Amino acid sequence: MAEISLTVNGERTAAQVDPRTLLSDFLRDGLNLTGTHVGCEHGYCGACTVLVDGASARSCLMLAIQADARSVETVESLSVNGAGLHPIQQAFKDCHGLQCGFCTPGLLMSVVELAATNPDCGRDEIREHLSGNVCRCTGYHHIVDAVERALNGVPGRADDS
Amino acid sequence: MKPPRFAYHAPRTLPELLETFNETADEAVVLAGGQSLLPMLNLRLAAPSHVIDLGRVPGLDSIASTNGSVEVGAMVTHYRMETDAVVAASVPLARRAAGYVGYRAIRNRGTVGGSVAHADPAAEWPIVLLALDGEVGLASVRGWRSIAAEDFFESVYTTAKRPDEIVTSLRLSTRCAHRWGFSEFQRRTGDFATVAVAVACAVEAGEICEARVAIAGVADRPMRCREAEAVLVGGSATAAADAAEAASDSVDPISDIHGSSAFRKRLVHAETLRAVRQAFSANEAGARDG
Ligand SMILES: Cc1cc2nc3c(=O)[nH]c(=O)nc-3n(C[C@H](O)[C@H](O)[C@H](O)COP(=O)(O)OP(=O)(O)OC[C@H]3O[C@@H](n4cnc5c(N)ncnc54)[C@H](O)[C@@H]3O)c2cc1C
Ligand code: FES
Ligand code: FES
Repeated sequence: MAEISLTVNGERTAAQVDPRTLLSDFLRDGLNLTGTHVGCEHGYCGACTVLVDGASARSCLMLAIQADARSVETVESLSVNGAGLHPIQQAFKDCHGLQCGFCTPGLLMSVVELAATNPDCGRDEIREHLSGNVCRCTGYHHIVDAVERALNGVPGRADDS
Repeated sequence: MKPPRFAYHAPRTLPELLETFNETADEAVVLAGGQSLLPMLNLRLAAPSHVIDLGRVPGLDSIASTNGSVEVGAMVTHYRMETDAVVAASVPLARRAAGYVGYRAIRNRGTVGGSVAHADPAAEWPIVLLALDGEVGLASVRGWRSIAAEDFFESVYTTAKRPDEIVTSLRLSTRCAHRWGFSEFQRRTGDFATVAVAVACAVEAGEICEARVAIAGVADRPMRCREAEAVLVGGSATAAADAAEAASDSVDPISDIHGSSAFRKRLVHAETLRAVRQAFSANEAGARDG
């Protein structure tokens, strides 16, 4: 076991981890942050996407120990203590950007990154940015609609994460 | 699935890293971005006793432009190659190719050193190295050396790197960097290439004096296509079509679930044609829209 100390959703956290523990499992089982979903565990589906130091990352392709001294944000960071939906979440709701919701946490975190790094992008760039997030339900059109609406209406950009 | 048990090391200096790797080499792997290694661990295709993390070793992630070349540290991520100003100005082909590697989340973590060490025959970085007359810098406790890209890639996932060596940097020559093209066919955005073609040319007095054409996805390693290169040097009005024809004729591609041999041959034609046309229009459109 090894000691790690990191910031998760703005809170300093220390924990003992087995080096082989995936970041996704550490978040879900260790910190009970079950919003981060696990689909494929080899990098393809994007359900497990979180932000590490502000950049999207597959939490299934990272060891928890690699996150030592880093800052991790999960979907739970978007709406703290039930304080209402984040504008990106609201846009997904308004535009029917989800059905079963399995892919949604990963998509939302990818969109937070897009809003922070390329907020003025069009539909093609939105599709390109989200190409690593698989959704089996929606057919993507409503997701792109939601992201378009969210980007137009997201004022704080980077701060929104 | 989950990774098997291993001992984890996070050396803080290059000498410490090389020492640790030397002591454990037979049973150790180094961890860079983890975007190929973690899937292999999760699927239990790899079961090393030791994992040595390069992520805390300083000095492996610089990008420096020197006289006639750009030196890229092994730990530079694909995304940084896509966004770095020196790369965009000096080796725009590399910037274009970076955008084809996987998805953004993969590009945020995966590294150029990891890609060439892994040596997937469908990967982008190996053909960029070949097209830009690149070299791979290696280090071990025994010292440093560098190998020309052409001698580095041997077969599927197999390189001239010795087991106790790590990749420290890639050197890309700028000699052929300003007339370039890159084109790739992928089934879905972010997939590995079915076929990808990189073209880089040096120009003297308005004439192409050197051309390099590199192709991924047709063999067990990235290939240079000398037949197409010969067509491009001093190129005629029909050089693009002739080069595409020559490239397609010269390959005897593999067949697998991603594409039959005949399909890949057609793709080599199409992607070479696109890449050469970009190269011919580069400096105006190619270099800038990167
Ligand atoms: C969903 C998905 C899609 C992808 N799509 C593409 C794609 O389209 N094109 C593409 O090229 N790649 C693709 N990749 C792979 C990606 O590019 C990886 O980043 C790359 O292959 C390996 O780099 P890494 O830094 O992640 O290395 P790691 O995964 O950490 O390591 C890979 C291997 O290289 C060795 N290694 C790493 N760094 C060094 C070093 N400095 N010295 C010596 N050995 C080293 C490791 O020991 C390991 O054996 C994809 C990956 C995923 C998960
Ligand atoms: S669970 Fe991580 S990408 Fe699918
Ligand atoms: S809403 Fe069901 S997978 Fe996307």
